[in-house]
Amino acid sequence: MTWFDSPADATERLHGAGYLADDATATTVFLAGRLEKPLLVEGPAGVGKTELAKAVARATGAELVRLQCYEGLDEARALYEWNYKKQLLRIQATSDDQAWEQTHDEIFTDEFLLTRPLLGAILREEPTVLLIDEVDKTDVEVEGLLLEVLSDFQVTIPELGTVAAVRRPFVVLTSNASRELSEAVKRRCLFLHLDYPDAEREREIVTSHVPEAAERLTRQLVDLVGTLRELDLKKAPSISESVDWARTLVALEVADLDQHAVERTLGVVLKHSSDQTKAVAALRNHHAGTRPGAPRRR
Amino acid sequence: MALLERHLAFIEALREAGVPVSLAEDLDSVVAVEQVGLGDRETLRAGLAATLLKRQTHRGLFDAIFDLYFPALVGSGWRGGPLDGSEPAPPADAAPERGADDALAELRQAMADALADGDQDAIRLLVREAVEQYGAMPGRGEGLSSWSSYNTVQQLSLDGLVLRVARALMEGSDDRDPRSEEVSMLTAANRVASLQRQVEADVRRRIAEEKDPDHVARTTLRPSLDQLPFLNARRDDLEELRRQIYPLARRLATRLAREQHARRRGPLDFRRTIRASMATGGVPITTHHRPRRPHRTELVVLCDVSGSVANFASFTLLLVYALREQFTKVRAFTFVDDIREVTDDFVPGADPAETMLRLAESARHASRWGRTNYGRALSRFVEDHPDAVGPRTSLLVLGDARSNYSDPGLEVLRELVATARHAWWLNPEHRRQWGTGDSAAPEYAEMIDMVECRNLTQLSEFVHDLV
Repeated sequence: MTWFDSPADATERLHGAGYLADDATATTVFLAGRLEKPLLVEGPAGVGKTELAKAVARATGAELVRLQCYEGLDEARALYEWNYKKQLLRIQATSDDQAWEQTHDEIFTDEFLLTRPLLGAILREEPTVLLIDEVDKTDVEVEGLLLEVLSDFQVTIPELGTVAAVRRPFVVLTSNASRELSEAVKRRCLFLHLDYPDAEREREIVTSHVPEAAERLTRQLVDLVGTLRELDLKKAPSISESVDWARTLVALEVADLDQHAVERTLGVVLKHSSDQTKAVAALRNHHAGTRPGAPRRR
Repeated sequence: MALLERHLAFIEALREAGVPVSLAEDLDSVVAVEQVGLGDRETLRAGLAATLLKRQTHRGLFDAIFDLYFPALVGSGWRGGPLDGSEPAPPADAAPERGADDALAELRQAMADALADGDQDAIRLLVREAVEQYGAMPGRGEGLSSWSSYNTVQQLSLDGLVLRVARALMEGSDDRDPRSEEVSMLTAANRVASLQRQVEADVRRRIAEEKDPDHVARTTLRPSLDQLPFLNARRDDLEELRRQIYPLARRLATRLAREQHARRRGPLDFRRTIRASMATGGVPITTHHRPRRPHRTELVVLCDVSGSVANFASFTLLLVYALREQFTKVRAFTFVDDIREVTDDFVPGADPAETMLRLAESARHASRWGRTNYGRALSRFVEDHPDAVGPRTSLLVLGDARSNYSDPGLEVLRELVATARHAWWLNPEHRRQWGTGDSAAPEYAEMIDMVECRNLTQLSEFVHDLV
């Protein structure tokens, strides 16, 4: 199947699925579908990498299969595993007159195979988006596992043989670049670096998630978040944090983002105390001069 | 140049600039071009980037080379005159009686306005205009004329421009919620820095048109950030490098933690193994192990902070400090000719920018006579801090080993190396330059492992090996 007809089509359908993609993102997503290659999405935390995969699934009506990577992920949890308990039962239930050779053949069949996300995604006959999330968190050996899946869309099970994809899934890998991925994985993927959006797009994103926030508040908030990103912080606020902030302000019924409101809710966007101190100092400089009354201390 | 040839030359230029492009990626990119077409330049750029680029640090290089081989326009482009071939009417504001100074002032004002508004289209036009007016360097003969970003930038005098933009930003903001001075200055400085990069890109484009893109790609492109030598870094590079240090340290720390975790397969944990075997009918299919105790060492850093290597020193110190969880104890000393302990300047969780400031401050204290003297600094170190280096210590010396022809203090260093468990010397100069002039590098290298460390890549490799 064709996933998207053109970059413009990708933009439109992703938008329909609630994801505002810029041109580069839309073009890359379109190409990933067209060239049937996995897409590696890199970028700071919270810019919508995982969200992109979900949006592709929504936009194309495909099922999302997700493999969350973590340290210590192994073959048994990523690809497949034999159902030992069931195999033991099968062996114990064998009557005495049955030959061992026959039993031996019977316990390594589909029936005793537990499929895990990677194999599951390949076996599916319906359109599938396979999300391999935070691939940089895994050990290097897991990348070896991924290689066969990513380049040939097949999995080799020693006892059963090679299982090839009936229908190639749309594969999205996400990474925070906390580790350099191997050249072999990168070569098999298309690459997209997602970054913080410009103010205009971020306003649209916040509005689409928190429609009840007033336009003026959203503008103030996005400007302020932009300013915070320009300060040299340890962890710059992400898009999801701007959205959270908007939600918080709406819940607190704050109509106007003044200094008091900012200081009260800054914890929603900045998670390091040194960052908060710095931001408050930078933002206060001017506020203190123009506003009557003594500046508030935390 | 035919399209395919241009494409191949483009890929060749990428490879030459240090972006690895395999044949498979090359083929992908051709398919991508076919799929997205040539209609829209930014879509083409995105398509090529998706297939050819695999690392964000190469993005700047990629964009610069893309602009060379697929320029946005030729010459001065179309300026809005009639397209029917008739002579374009001179723009109304270019009246001949106006002096050159007025024209420049007007251009700068327009630029300040555009920057304050963040109007990218206007900025692009103004950059083109500025390069055309002030960047041309007429040559004596055919093919000798050229373009200069230096001249253009000088004429525009960017520092003044930053101030103007900042002022416009402060005035233009909402009365009830004005932007602070600091933030406005920061924004303005960022925007002007991006303006400068645009000027450089436009100049490259112009030169590429007259000479040929291959030549320009070879001669004028700067290496990507992780390959950029510390000692040649410019001010905005330093800013960017500094931003990279924190994530780099985090990246290294996670990698190290993971590798140690993988190697950490201690004695069998009998209880857990038996517990786990319940699920498989008492057959212990997976074994569990006790974690192994982490092995940790102390680290002592001696750091030359004289002017020539100050940049390099502060980066390395910061990085080592960011990795301090890997060591039980870290002590840092800075020197020019006298030694000073700076361990207390590194507060856990502190802001890197402030730490840098304090380090710069300490550089002043570390000098009594003002000329680098390794011999004196080393002996003062042994006198003042005899307990610093012990058998559990890893010793790290950072510096270019240029001691102004004074006594290098080889014996003192030999003793330190003998006492310490491990000792390394990081030298920010190219190996070629060791031993030239007043460099005592070869003498030192005989008694201590001296490592060339000129850029982020080498630095991260070294730190990884260290721990």
